[in-house]
Amino acid sequence: MLSVQSVDYSYGPVKALREVSLTVGPGEIVSLLGANGAGKTTLLSVISGLLAPARGQVLLGGQVLSGRKTSLVVEAGLVQVPEGRQVFGPLSVEENLQLGAYCRRGRQHRQQVSRDFEQVYHLFPPLARRRRQPAGTLSGGEQQMVAMGRALMAAPKVLLLDEPSLGLAPLVTREIFDIIKKLPEQGCSVLLVEQNALGALSVAHRGYVLTNGSIRFSGSAAEILGDRQLREAFLGPERFEGSTGNKP
Amino acid sequence: MSGWEQLSQYVMSGLTTGSIYALAALGFCLIYNATHIVNFAQGDFISLGGLMMYTLLGAAGLPALLALPLAVAVVAGLGVMLEALAIRRAKSRDLTVLIFITVAASALFRGVFKEIWGKQALAVPPLSPDVPLRFLGATLTPQNLWILAITLAAIAVLIYFFNHTLTGRAVRAVAINPKAAALMGIDTRRMVRLSFALAGGLGALAGAIITPITTASYHVGVMMGLKGFAAAVLGGYGNFLGAIVGGLTLGLLESLGAGALSSAYKDVIAFVVLLLVLFIRPRGLLGRGEEARV
Ligand SMILES: Nc1ncnc2c1ncn2[C@@H]1O[C@H](COP(=O)(O)OP(=O)(O)OP(=O)(O)O)[C@@H](O)[C@H]1O
Ligand SMILES: [Mg+2]
Repeated sequence: MLSVQSVDYSYGPVKALREVSLTVGPGEIVSLLGANGAGKTTLLSVISGLLAPARGQVLLGGQVLSGRKTSLVVEAGLVQVPEGRQVFGPLSVEENLQLGAYCRRGRQHRQQVSRDFEQVYHLFPPLARRRRQPAGTLSGGEQQMVAMGRALMAAPKVLLLDEPSLGLAPLVTREIFDIIKKLPEQGCSVLLVEQNALGALSVAHRGYVLTNGSIRFSGSAAEILGDRQLREAFLGPERFEGSTGNKP
Repeated sequence: MSGWEQLSQYVMSGLTTGSIYALAALGFCLIYNATHIVNFAQGDFISLGGLMMYTLLGAAGLPALLALPLAVAVVAGLGVMLEALAIRRAKSRDLTVLIFITVAASALFRGVFKEIWGKQALAVPPLSPDVPLRFLGATLTPQNLWILAITLAAIAVLIYFFNHTLTGRAVRAVAINPKAAALMGIDTRRMVRLSFALAGGLGALAGAIITPITTASYHVGVMMGLKGFAAAVLGGYGNFLGAIVGGLTLGLLESLGAGALSSAYKDVIAFVVLLLVLFIRPRGLLGRGEEARV
């Protein structure tokens, strides 16, 4: 479904991505793990069309997306929840969600969009109680829900999540991961970027490990978790100790 | 004339010029929120609005109902061109450079207007025949009422647009966080362009309604634009409500100050008050350092 092929990207002289390839299939949750500065956010920016890759391409369902404007990438069904949530603070929760459905603003989508509003409120009950509240006044966990709900309102085929657990309490993280786990049932594949490897691998089917801009390993969640060397070398042991997730 | 009548007269005339400052200030805010650029060509949008009305209403004899929207459309188009041909194409994204481009564009616009319309002051017919009216002790022309009514209508339309339409919310989303807006599939360039069109349209409106009183000329909007900029700063730069409050406050201060002292000090009074307010409240009357609701 989503296919990233040999993507290179540099910030001036700094090589941030080298020959990165990965795929996310229909109904899959794929995790992309890596330490600070590994290039995870850069890769998502390239996938979303915020950055143009120096080499390589991004395809969705066989259609080439790299080189297209972000708005067209979103219309094609590739939607990102950015690092640090980035909700529209002064706007209400409902307005944030409505903007999520911006790519479906045509009249023909109206009914489906209003059904999806209910679906999102059902998935994130705290948001339903805070529809009229400015999103910026919500707690971190609730803002993450707004950011995810907003992205889901675009009816994505593939959802890209950039460190959704960052800065959240363990219990809230668990809640967020539980919701991510349900997304494939609704026809939405997930590329989950995380530093919280245990948490991410508890919901992901497969994973990739990114270090210094290159994919160093890919395999099933169990394989990554089972490989002690991989854990220590690429993810850092500290990530596993204080972690919030449980093995599935 | 009794004291009350005089006061009423000053207030009405202050609200009239204040409306123009408010419209100009809103134009500054729109472009600032979308791009963080201070657009020094805003005053030329006002000039062109007046000049277009001179041509369409006076020379071509079109009815006001047709001339006004046409003038607004032409200047909105100029706003879009400024963005598409100058700002967007600039190799630099440095704000200082971009702001300087608007200064250069302003000089260019003035030169072109002078070529087309000449240097002299041009009489623009009022929107309806000039019969003096009495209102709360003040003597007004129908044009005064048109100015107030059209300004109120423009503000109402903006409030509706930004709070109740998806496109309006998308413009606000781009102002709040352009990257997140792009990730929602919003074409940020289109929203920026729309902001320039709106700023042009507001400038045109201001020029079209004030020039029957001031006459039109190639540079008539320059001082009004500067006052609009001052009004926007006074209200809290980038804040829509602040632009309206700032514009009306500045208009009233000028008018009352001119009445109390001498009209020779009109401009000085306005800018001294502006400096004083900024001294006490550096963010302006309503500035909070973040985007506010319309
Ligand atoms: N705008 C930029 N200009 C220059 N270099 C950048 C820029 N953004 C990121 N980099 C560099 O590119 C590399 C990858 O950064 P990136 O943000 O993609 O990492 P990340 O894996 O998302 O890290 P984190 O976990 O901290 O979010 C880093 O070395 C970073 O310093
Ligand atoms: Mg990152």
